[in-house]
Amino acid sequence: MTNLKLQLKQVSKLFGDFKALDNVDLNVVEGSIHAILGENGAGKTTLMNILYGLYQPDGGTIKLNGKETVVPSPRKAMDMGIGMIHQHFMLVDSLTVAENVVLGLPGQGMQLSLEDDAAKLSQLSETYGFDIDPHVEIWKLPIGMRQRVEILKVLYRDADIIILDEPTSVLAPNEIANFLDGLKRLREAGKTVIFITHKLEEVAEVGDRITVLRHGKVTAETNVADTTAKEMARMMVGRDVVLDMMEKPDTPFGDVIVSARDLRAHNNRGIEALKGVSFDIRAGEILGVAGVDGNGQAELAEVLTGIRNLDSGSLTVHGEDITEKLVYDRRHEIGISFVPEDRHETGLVLDFPVSHNAILRDFKVPPYSKNGILQKGAINKIAGDWVERYDVRLRSLDQHVRFLSGGNQQKLIFAREVECDPRVIIVMQPCKGLDVGAIEAVQRTVLEQRAKGKAILYISTELEHILNVCDRVAVMCAGEITGILSPEEATSERIGALMGGIKDEEVA
Amino acid sequence: MDIFTNLNALTDFLATSLRLSIPIIFAAVGGVLSERSGVFNIALEGCILGGAFGAAVGAFLTGMPMGGLVIGLLVAGGAGLILAGLAVGLGINQLVAGIAINILMVGLTSFLARLILGAEATSTLPGFHPMAIPGLSAIPVIGPVLFNQDFLTYLMYLTVPFAWWFLYKTPWGLNVRAIGDYPIAADSAGISVPLVRTAAVVASCMLAGLGGCYLVLSQVFVFTEHMSAGKGFIALAALILGRWNPLGAFLACIFFGFSDALQLRLQFNSPDVPYQLFSMVPFLASFLALVFFAGKVRPPAAIGIKYVRGGK
Amino acid sequence: MLEAIRYFYMLRPVWAVMAALLLGAGLIAVSGTNPLEAYRALFTGAFFDYYGIGGTLVKTSPILLAGLAVIIPLRAGLLNIGVEGQIYMGGLFSAMAALLLPDMPGLIHIPICVLAGALGGGLWGLIPGYLKAYHGMNEVIITILLNFIAINIVSYVVGGPMMQEGAPYPYSVEIGEHLWLPWIMPGTDAHVGVIVGVVLAIVIFFLLRYTTVGFALDTIGRNAQAGRYAGIRVRRTIVAAMFVAGAIGGLAGTFEVLGLKYRLYHLFSPGYGFDGIIVAFLAMLNPILAPLSAFFLSGLKAGALVMQRAVGLESTVVEAIQGLVIIFVAASLAFTYDRTFWNRFLERRRNLEAKLGDANSTEKQEG
Repeated sequence: MTNLKLQLKQVSKLFGDFKALDNVDLNVVEGSIHAILGENGAGKTTLMNILYGLYQPDGGTIKLNGKETVVPSPRKAMDMGIGMIHQHFMLVDSLTVAENVVLGLPGQGMQLSLEDDAAKLSQLSETYGFDIDPHVEIWKLPIGMRQRVEILKVLYRDADIIILDEPTSVLAPNEIANFLDGLKRLREAGKTVIFITHKLEEVAEVGDRITVLRHGKVTAETNVADTTAKEMARMMVGRDVVLDMMEKPDTPFGDVIVSARDLRAHNNRGIEALKGVSFDIRAGEILGVAGVDGNGQAELAEVLTGIRNLDSGSLTVHGEDITEKLVYDRRHEIGISFVPEDRHETGLVLDFPVSHNAILRDFKVPPYSKNGILQKGAINKIAGDWVERYDVRLRSLDQHVRFLSGGNQQKLIFAREVECDPRVIIVMQPCKGLDVGAIEAVQRTVLEQRAKGKAILYISTELEHILNVCDRVAVMCAGEITGILSPEEATSERIGALMGGIKDEEVA
Repeated sequence: MDIFTNLNALTDFLATSLRLSIPIIFAAVGGVLSERSGVFNIALEGCILGGAFGAAVGAFLTGMPMGGLVIGLLVAGGAGLILAGLAVGLGINQLVAGIAINILMVGLTSFLARLILGAEATSTLPGFHPMAIPGLSAIPVIGPVLFNQDFLTYLMYLTVPFAWWFLYKTPWGLNVRAIGDYPIAADSAGISVPLVRTAAVVASCMLAGLGGCYLVLSQVFVFTEHMSAGKGFIALAALILGRWNPLGAFLACIFFGFSDALQLRLQFNSPDVPYQLFSMVPFLASFLALVFFAGKVRPPAAIGIKYVRGGK
Repeated sequence: MLEAIRYFYMLRPVWAVMAALLLGAGLIAVSGTNPLEAYRALFTGAFFDYYGIGGTLVKTSPILLAGLAVIIPLRAGLLNIGVEGQIYMGGLFSAMAALLLPDMPGLIHIPICVLAGALGGGLWGLIPGYLKAYHGMNEVIITILLNFIAINIVSYVVGGPMMQEGAPYPYSVEIGEHLWLPWIMPGTDAHVGVIVGVVLAIVIFFLLRYTTVGFALDTIGRNAQAGRYAGIRVRRTIVAAMFVAGAIGGLAGTFEVLGLKYRLYHLFSPGYGFDGIIVAFLAMLNPILAPLSAFFLSGLKAGALVMQRAVGLESTVVEAIQGLVIIFVAASLAFTYDRTFWNRFLERRRNLEAKLGDANSTEKQEG
């Protein structure tokens, strides 16, 4: 029997009445790559937090190197050789690689010895083929390299077990291959790797063993060699995963409503984020925009709604040039609605009551205000109506929106953006952080608006959601649209290639 | 202008510039420390005043300038603790907390000064007098300017490079810089964000207090109400212009010292021109400098934001 | 029970003031005076005596207006520390209008002077507002520097070009009697400035609570990005808010000149701008409470002089107490009413009581 580096027996964790983990067994072989699979809410994050000492289990035991032990804190975990790589990197942008690695390292004495540390880091980096210059500031490095700095951090502290949380969710497709290579090299060096994911192809490529979690319970633990991707998917979801498209009436599309030609804009850092984007959207059509986060999708939504100015290019709605129009006019005159990605930072004012958030974008317009004076009666009546029709659960209209659940907040935003009878609706990451029921409600609302003849732009990183509702899918990479496909053409290989920057014409 | 023709006048002018910039230097370096850790410190003004008050009281009660120094540092440190308690502990808006400290210091020092110093308020206090460094002080022009100064000035010569070394060459300085930019990373590395911030704030206020001690113990040897007269705010402008770097802040302070010395000289030479036009110069200079040069400068990324653990 | 707890929280400024007064009593005791006597002299002198109230109202005019000048931008998230400078510029511009313009009947001239003062202050608010909105500069340091510059400008003007011949210290020529603002309490110096302040407070309250302008300001103050998304012209609104605030600060200075001193004095504001900050926080940023908190703060100051005469205590102790007030009020801001926390706490208490009740009854049965 091969050496078990880490063994969890019957571990449970409760949050109040909620059983996040229910008698979980985990057996991780030394020097292997072990994947933990599961959907959102399956318990992966909780399990990982226990592994690296952030939470303590309510039941069960943890054995490290065959000895029963406790992981009391993340700091102690590192001492015990357990290193954690978070999804959001713990790196200080303005400091160099070396400075980040030695941050908080005990035993450094009065003065930093950055030169020595840098030399050691270079060597370590070379051993693993990471190719990192220790004197470079983090902000200059691409995401893939930053992740490697995180790995170097834990290796520098002599980690034997390296835990990664959804490591490829922030990487571009071409960086993913490099990352998986890096994992293989860690395995060759005798390290034990545990990684949390829901990407089956990656597991198939580098994984040795998998543990599948569903609703806090282990539904399977097996060798990768003994199973297939399809079976793994079934173990994750509990049924055969079929791309099921929702009911979409086959009405013909209307006129072209939105016409964008050669849009160019730059982001807050001054870097060009849109490099000549062109597309059309017809009435009653949903155009999806897929792609890894950070390839210009946010800027695209912002130039369409007027929050960001275009550098060049033309934008027309129903033939009318809207490039000079302000945000306010685009909403009220032209009729462009926007459900933003960030509910809390953009879409809502958390410390305002529900009623105020309902009128957030329309407060200057009758019936919500007359001659500058807010009409509380009308506001409450209409807001109350929306709350009922969209099933927003709350205690009262005066409640601060901060206290509503994510799903209910999103329903409120949708109500606001849809009830004003717009011509164009832009939604960005509409299902982020929502549970299955809320996701269904969102998708249904989007399809309803499609049936009403609106032109809809649906931006999301979740391919499944896009393919569920969209009529065409545009893929963005590095500020350009690399291709526009129909759902049937949108196989993982083609989308993956487009996301990775390989434009349609280049695909053989 | 005689400073360009007469060596004595030049020496005089440079010496005055240095003396005028010293309280601001102390405060600005302190400000750099605090703001680098992510906490705005507009209480520098109040801490200069508090330090001055403490120095006067301490020197008065103990008869020794060192006694003044100790009490001055304690008072400023106390103000720093309150600021840290409000801004870091309770998480109140850092700017509001700083202003509150300033108002508190003005009121407390005015009242307590009259109470403790009472009738003796105008008599000269024991202080630090210039001690020439043999040899170095004989160098023409810069000799008397730099090397015939008092204890606190020499302390300042050490403080500025020490602050630079601390911030860039020690693990604690690294912690401070990390916390000011991205506290989550420091927290996950096991560093206590509230502890480091509190220490930075208290140290920063104590440094500003040193500036106040200098005013009383090395410059005027007496305490007057409101004697900080806006120096704490000029220090703030200096640290912004110096891009939150101790050396940069130091240079900016020297610049303000020059402008202050210049306006005094101009005032002296043109007694008919109203003095206000001149006394406005440091503030006007700070204002213009900020408007024209600081527009594009970025403070530490996490400054002013209350750090709450548990955010994703 | 929850409601009672909620009211306890709503009265935070009151508890803060009481804490400050308590500590102040300690300071008074340390200086050798009986705190109770001192406070009695202070409060009766300020609030319970005809001439005392007059004296309090005199100070309420500038302090209330200063408080309003802080509240408006603060709702949009801006700290207007420059009210002091705005007061000085308001005084300057109104004095210039009063002294330099050709003779006119009072009915026309007074409004012109008032407008001039508002303009002067508004200008001094416009500068930091513009720099903040369009260049992202920290308004705190800019306004503070502008304060010093304004004070120096006024000092220069009344010590030079506009100085009264033969004056022992810098002040201007007296303005014509037809320009003096009417009094509201015969025999005292209290003038209509206070009434203007109260009216403005009510108007601003209405504006902030019930109009789209207030909605826009509050939105920017809580989430500027959402404000942009909501179609609010954030930058313009910020500049406008600072201009209006500056104008109100200018009014404070104007009324000091037109209503109290009848001249422009060097250093005529003993820090009213900063008192405005205390007023704003005491009133919890609610304009309708501003007159109350301004009246109270003015009473403290006015009463301090009475107290000094009555018990011989230095009036600076009141400055110290003011400082304590703002510290405690600032600290009290951190404690917000958390309904869920108290709900759970009370429920646990109820459960505990229920269990104890059961235990007692079983005991009785067995015992």
